[in-house]
Amino acid sequence: MDLKGLYREIVNEHNLRPSHKGEMANPDLVLRGVNPSCGDDITLQLRIVDDVIEDAMFSGSGCAISQASVDMMADQVIGRSKEDAIKLAGTFMGMIKGEIKDEEQLEELDEAAALQDISHMPARVKCAVLGWKTMQKMLEHPEEAENVSSEEE
Amino acid sequence: MSRPEDYRKDFPILNKGDYIYFDNAATSQRPECVVDAIKDFYENSNANPLRGLYDWSVDATERYEHARKTVAEFIGAAKTEEIIFTRNTTESMNLVAYSYGLDNVNEGDEVVISVMEHHSNILPWQMVTRQKKAKLVYLEPDEEGVITESEYKSKITDKTKIVSIGHVSNVFGITNPVKEIAAYAHEKGATVIVDGAQAAPHIPVNVQEIGADFYAFSGHKLMAPMGIGVLYGREALLDKMNPFLTGGEMIEYVTRDDATYAELPHKFEAGTVNAAGAVGLEAAIRYLQKVGFDFIAEQEHKLTVRMMEGMKKLPYIKIYGSSDPARHSGIVTFTMDGVHPHDISSVLNDDHVCVRAGHHCAQPLMQFIGAGSTARASVYFYNTEEEVDRFLEHLAKVRSVMGYED
Repeated sequence: MDLKGLYREIVNEHNLRPSHKGEMANPDLVLRGVNPSCGDDITLQLRIVDDVIEDAMFSGSGCAISQASVDMMADQVIGRSKEDAIKLAGTFMGMIKGEIKDEEQLEELDEAAALQDISHMPARVKCAVLGWKTMQKMLEHPEEAENVSSEEE
Repeated sequence: MSRPEDYRKDFPILNKGDYIYFDNAATSQRPECVVDAIKDFYENSNANPLRGLYDWSVDATERYEHARKTVAEFIGAAKTEEIIFTRNTTESMNLVAYSYGLDNVNEGDEVVISVMEHHSNILPWQMVTRQKKAKLVYLEPDEEGVITESEYKSKITDKTKIVSIGHVSNVFGITNPVKEIAAYAHEKGATVIVDGAQAAPHIPVNVQEIGADFYAFSGHKLMAPMGIGVLYGREALLDKMNPFLTGGEMIEYVTRDDATYAELPHKFEAGTVNAAGAVGLEAAIRYLQKVGFDFIAEQEHKLTVRMMEGMKKLPYIKIYGSSDPARHSGIVTFTMDGVHPHDISSVLNDDHVCVRAGHHCAQPLMQFIGAGSTARASVYFYNTEEEVDRFLEHLAKVRSVMGYED
């Protein structure tokens, strides 16, 4: 899919009408993720009950791809175990880096697999992975949550 | 009368496909004669300059030093020795900060820059003022992007040791009153450094008329290769300064424990120099002079007027800096309601239009104008009105691609 198609068919809907954007009342984990070069700046909030992600929300601002990607991620990880969500993040980032192309494996990502074409747009890779990277970091290193996670140049 | 078409044929990259290159403030394109000059250097006189005693090295040295002479004349330096070749403006600014700043700024002193500076004219002074416990003072522009007389007169004081200011802003395109600022700073006993990266490609520069003690610019923004830059410094100041980098080529005599330094300008050019880059810079300057600053200004003005008029018809676009196109040096920085600048740039790229998006290495200015990032279209003399029209057509469609129904 070309870039305009990607925007029209996938990204715009999540960017203009996100389902998971806002402030969560009582999050268990909060982490800010920033792409300094473009100004994408999100704060991801997770509520976790018995190692399962019960709710995920994000606030902040950024380009359409960063915003849509994190909204789609929230769709996919709510209801999953922490371990499962970390694995899914690995699959997503592998897809964006062009390392995972196996369709069966990508099916796991459901709608988020539609961002596969970002792997051909190196300038936008950072935007697409920001949310996933932030989630991975806060789940693997919960002690760092509440801190600012910044992706350096 | 010249037309941009007369020059476009000289730029191989502009004749490939239908790309519209509007990121000239980041780097310009190179004409064939510049690439040829570099090729000719490597094919016909390649040897390490300044040290060999054989023909090829002598030839390489002559070409390198001839380039220095051309640069000195180009910016009106009093002496050729006052021209130091660096990699780029960033390196030039660091040279001044490390070799002059650290030795001449003391606790309680002030260094004055502006909030419009490129990071390369901010970070070196943050380093100097932090290390010397001095204060970094920022000049701020008014709503039209102008640093007013009352602004600089209120902030340059007897405590000011250094004033370092951009000649032309890489975001607003505005030309700062560097001559007036330099005169006032000198009255107060301060040393004046001018970052000319965005000025040298567009307007005639005379460092002595400006009254700059140091003046820096990069080759690559004026059609020269990447990796060659210039620092001009007044001989009296350069003479007293310690070297920035040490090692080969910059010495006179070395013992096990000590060394004496080479004379100007070699004291500041450690290691094997970028002679081919200097030769390319000379070719670029010659080409620039052939085109002429009058035509450059005229064409940039024509294009900027057309661009800003077209953009004003799109109510969701906000243009930053002066409302007068004549004060933009071909640079139009803008935002679009509801669309992040990176998306603007990506959508335009899909239509083969190259514009910059981001903070333009000027984050304090982005904070000052209250924008996280902006998009920037910047033209040069080889751009055409037809390109501006096509850019405007594509720009008008961006919001629809992003899902808005205007």
